[in-house]
Amino acid sequence: MIKKTYDAIIIGGGAAGLSAAWNVAKAGFSTAIIERENCLGGILNQCIHTGFGLHRFGKELSGPEYAEMDIDLVAANKVDSFINTTVFEIRSNGILKSVFASSAEGVTEFETRAVILSMGCRERNRGNLGIPGTRPSGIMTAGLAQRLLNIEGYLPGRKAVIIGSGDIGLIMARRLTWSGAIVMGVIEILPYPSGLARNIAQCLDDFEIPLYLGHTVSAINGKERVESVDVSPFKDGVPSLSGTFKIDCDTVLISAGLIPENELSVKAGVKLSNATGGPYVDSSMMTNVPGIFACGNVLHVHDLVDYVSEESENCGSAVVSYLSSDECSCTQGNISAGSNIKYIVPSKYRTGIPQKFYMRSLMPFENAMLTVKCADKILFERKLKYVRPPEMQSFTLTPEMTDGLNENSPEINVSLTEV
Amino acid sequence: MNSMDYDVVVVGSGVVGASIARLLSSYELKAAVIEKFPDACFGVSKANSGIIHGAFHHATTTLKARLELKGNMMYDQLHKELGFPFKRTGIIVAAFSSEEMKTVRLLYKQGVANGAPGIEICGSERLLNLEPGLNPDIAGGLYAPFAGVVEPYRFVFSLMESAQLNGLDFIRDFEVVRSSYDGKLHQVFSSDGRAVAASFVINAAGLYADKISEIFNGEKFKIHPRKGEEFLLDRNSPARPNNVIFPVPAKESKGMLVIPTVEGTTMIGPTSEKIDDKEDSSTTYSNMERIFLQASRMVSGISRRDVITSFSGLRPVLENEDFLIEKSQMAPAFIQVAGIQSPGLTAAPAIAEYVLEILSKDCGLKLEKKKSFIPEISRTEKIYGISPEKLDELIEKNPAYGNIVCRCEQISEAEIVDAIRKGHTTIDGIKFYTRSGMGRCQGGFCTYKILKIISRETGIPIDHITRRGNGSFITGERISGELK
Amino acid sequence: MKKKLICIICPAGCTIETETDDADLVKVSGNKCPRGAEYARKELLSPERTVTAVVPSDSEVLPFIPVRTDKAISRNLVSQLLKTIYSIKVKTPVKRGSVLIENFQASGVNVIFSRSVKN
Ligand SMILES: Cc1cc2nc3c(=O)[nH]c(=O)nc-3n(C[C@H](O)[C@H](O)[C@H](O)COP(=O)(O)OP(=O)(O)OC[C@H]3O[C@@H](n4cnc5c(N)ncnc54)[C@H](O)[C@@H]3O)c2cc1C
Ligand SMILES: Cc1cc2nc3c(=O)[nH]c(=O)nc-3n(C[C@H](O)[C@H](O)[C@H](O)COP(=O)(O)OP(=O)(O)OC[C@H]3O[C@@H](n4cnc5c(N)ncnc54)[C@H](O)[C@@H]3O)c2cc1C
Ligand code: SF4
Repeated sequence: MIKKTYDAIIIGGGAAGLSAAWNVAKAGFSTAIIERENCLGGILNQCIHTGFGLHRFGKELSGPEYAEMDIDLVAANKVDSFINTTVFEIRSNGILKSVFASSAEGVTEFETRAVILSMGCRERNRGNLGIPGTRPSGIMTAGLAQRLLNIEGYLPGRKAVIIGSGDIGLIMARRLTWSGAIVMGVIEILPYPSGLARNIAQCLDDFEIPLYLGHTVSAINGKERVESVDVSPFKDGVPSLSGTFKIDCDTVLISAGLIPENELSVKAGVKLSNATGGPYVDSSMMTNVPGIFACGNVLHVHDLVDYVSEESENCGSAVVSYLSSDECSCTQGNISAGSNIKYIVPSKYRTGIPQKFYMRSLMPFENAMLTVKCADKILFERKLKYVRPPEMQSFTLTPEMTDGLNENSPEINVSLTEV
Repeated sequence: MNSMDYDVVVVGSGVVGASIARLLSSYELKAAVIEKFPDACFGVSKANSGIIHGAFHHATTTLKARLELKGNMMYDQLHKELGFPFKRTGIIVAAFSSEEMKTVRLLYKQGVANGAPGIEICGSERLLNLEPGLNPDIAGGLYAPFAGVVEPYRFVFSLMESAQLNGLDFIRDFEVVRSSYDGKLHQVFSSDGRAVAASFVINAAGLYADKISEIFNGEKFKIHPRKGEEFLLDRNSPARPNNVIFPVPAKESKGMLVIPTVEGTTMIGPTSEKIDDKEDSSTTYSNMERIFLQASRMVSGISRRDVITSFSGLRPVLENEDFLIEKSQMAPAFIQVAGIQSPGLTAAPAIAEYVLEILSKDCGLKLEKKKSFIPEISRTEKIYGISPEKLDELIEKNPAYGNIVCRCEQISEAEIVDAIRKGHTTIDGIKFYTRSGMGRCQGGFCTYKILKIISRETGIPIDHITRRGNGSFITGERISGELK
Repeated sequence: MKKKLICIICPAGCTIETETDDADLVKVSGNKCPRGAEYARKELLSPERTVTAVVPSDSEVLPFIPVRTDKAISRNLVSQLLKTIYSIKVKTPVKRGSVLIENFQASGVNVIFSRSVKN
């Protein structure tokens, strides 16, 4: 077994891992990224459409372009990267961690003081959704279709129905159309689309692809290959079979959400939140296991890569403080989700430093008020033009806002109300 | 006799055909199995509950009760030789009322009469001791410690592998459509015009045993499909009992169960529904609701959130509900093995012995043990759950062990390549052989990697690879200049 | 004539109400910023889109390389452009940002590589 030692080990070389890595390395710590695929960049490599980097670079880049920016920074900051290498176990020996990874060269034990989890997420599939019907070929997640088409160049099929109106599904509707396939419709169980309005406009409306809101696929039909789907209105929590109609297709793509990929984390003793599917992290982005940090989609599912990078840079800085042992020793307090908030990450705050929080709403509001309170005291309020569950919201808690709080760091509550 | 002629040809490579095949391969015979699919175990045998039953469900007078117990008892030896995943977990039948306890008493008596070893009738305290996850409202029940679970496809594949190792021919993609008999030899024809000749033919065609019987001018009977839907839960589901948990049985089926599979997942189901279409493998919304309701009544922690996949299988049922295994009265040199519904998986090893007895006694085929018979098959190392040190050793021998292809079930490239070299070249074949794509992501990550490996190993272009043969292509064509 | 549009310029996706008179835009409302008005004018008079695709290459590592237009191109030209892209076979190496197709059909729009590939 090969043995290597680094100050920090980053598991996963997607947007999150890349940003975290160069931010740790730039402070002079020896850093390595371990990536299971044959190149760095993660999911961005298959997202060839534009729309990345508007916040961070002020322009609309494609996924691979965005990734290359960080890959260049990783190289410039002398981060070592190990590709075609999969981490399969993390062990804690007190303050030291051992990260075990396998590749064609054998198993390597990476000894390190800090581990950053940035393994990304996986897609919800047909089984998770419990879609009834037969099991022919031609049913796949939108991400797999994206990979097949954008990297391997294979058309998933000729005539597709897309289940779920998430952005990945919408983007795939346009990609398929532009590649010569026909998209027969997008089926969304909720009464509103879960992707961005601009993607509805430019990926569906441009091609007159119908969007069936408040509908679900009540059966997939076909023997060897998909032949059709049964679409039913979704009423009172069940498909109403009397309103069922058929759509002919040879392919069904499923774009119904992502789940953080935390099998490795759980095995290492990391506790997960039910609301995010990712680890609980404190104000230093550290999990309940000292020395194990998390950022990006493995922590909670992001819709914008710009936020992934921002969060991961913060995570990188927190790891630098941890490695230099100059963390602020003040106590941390809980920050909790109130009205119309599904979750808030991180779940702890600390006074004395500015800190960014990310959250998601439970339902859409036009004109909302974001309120951050401690007991009855309003620490901060902000008007928002709108909130929508598919779009993450964020705010910064500054030292001034928490100035008047007592030393025990009492719980802070965040809520959204319609105004 | 032509050198290409077989003494015995088995139609069908389900658990029954494969069990017969392996036993045939231990005798000095020329034998073959013919199968319409590109791989074994793509019929009923791939979609069932995987339980090695406890020999208390069926009346002593039936053939299936006799073969069930005998088959069950043969599993330890087979497991030792072939190494497929198998575990004696035990079965608990859970009763929730004094009315249900009456049925349990009947089952107990039936089990004792069948000779089921170690069977117990239990009160609630004993049951909750055995199975702390049971609903505490339980009244009592039955405990059959020698029942178990098996991975059915691994079992069938290992039987076929062993049979082939010992000289049996496995002829794939051969759908029997026609036959003729010249008084000595059957000529068996496939849909694509190939022919195979055999002195004896064994009908182990599962759902299509009626059709095969007709093709060979045998008895006229009808196989009625009876559908069962099942749901598979994630390894991390908190609902994972130690024993297979049965409800008190209804008239026609054993009811919906909670099954701790050998693979570490939990399965719930099956339903039992008479249908007409033998190709109907669909699942329905309302049955899903029923299964979850029933299963949750027995075991706590069952959640829809943990579902990773669902499927359905069809039991091949004859009118009288029993197995039909005999030398045909109508077709010459032809043996019927039909109506093999549950407990067919359990009984299969015993069915094979029964069939060979018929071959030798009723058909006069001379059976002579093969001296060179090798009972064991080679085992492929698996990387799931092994230590870093052990993995390192494996990679040193074969670097392909270092490439983890399926992340959910931890399957390496070496295991995929091994499956392909053993003749599994469809996505389903590789999935059933290695478990790749069977975990929580259901192939979302590994499918394209497996496509590439199949293509590299076999030379089949990616857009020609199928899920299970017959036009079940995974992808469409590759982008090129000619796109519309 | 009145028409509703959804602005695709940023993730806010404002619903913009427009009113046109002959060939000119006379009234715009609902846009939360001026870029929306500009978008609405273009969308009504000569709609444009950024196009992304993959182009076949001779690389073993990356048999299809992602490309995109460097600015939005007239919707009328999109299908012709895609056909052209799919019929090319690119020789690697290529560099991100370098031009694959220059000034497509005198539209003033270039198609550029959006990923570097060594070979
Ligand atoms: C299909 C899809 C489409 C998207 N489309 C858009 C979009 O249009 N616009 C936008 O702004 N955002 C989009 N996003 C969101 C955004 O791009 C992603 O959230 C972001 O790229 C995620 O970065 P990440 O590093 O957290 O995860 P990933 O990019 O998924 O990176 C995780 C990496 O970890 C590696 N890894 C995982 N486990 C291991 C292990 N055990 N050992 C070694 N390596 C491991 C993986 O191979 C992968 O490379 C999309 C996300 C997805 C999933
Ligand atoms: C939902 C369900 C749950 C069950 N649970 C259990 C259980 O827990 N325990 C248990 O013991 N039993 C169980 N069973 C029963 C068990 O699965 C079956 O008894 C057994 O698999 C039957 O095997 P077989 O080989 O007869 O049929 P099959 O596996 O169907 O094999 C027949 C083969 O013949 C081939 N064939 C058909 N026609 C042709 C042709 N014309 N030419 C060439 N080949 C042909 C088919 O392709 C197929 O591969 C269950 C069954 C179901 C449906
Ligand atoms: S009008 Fe402005 S804010 Fe609204 S979607 Fe367009 S660019 Fe965004």
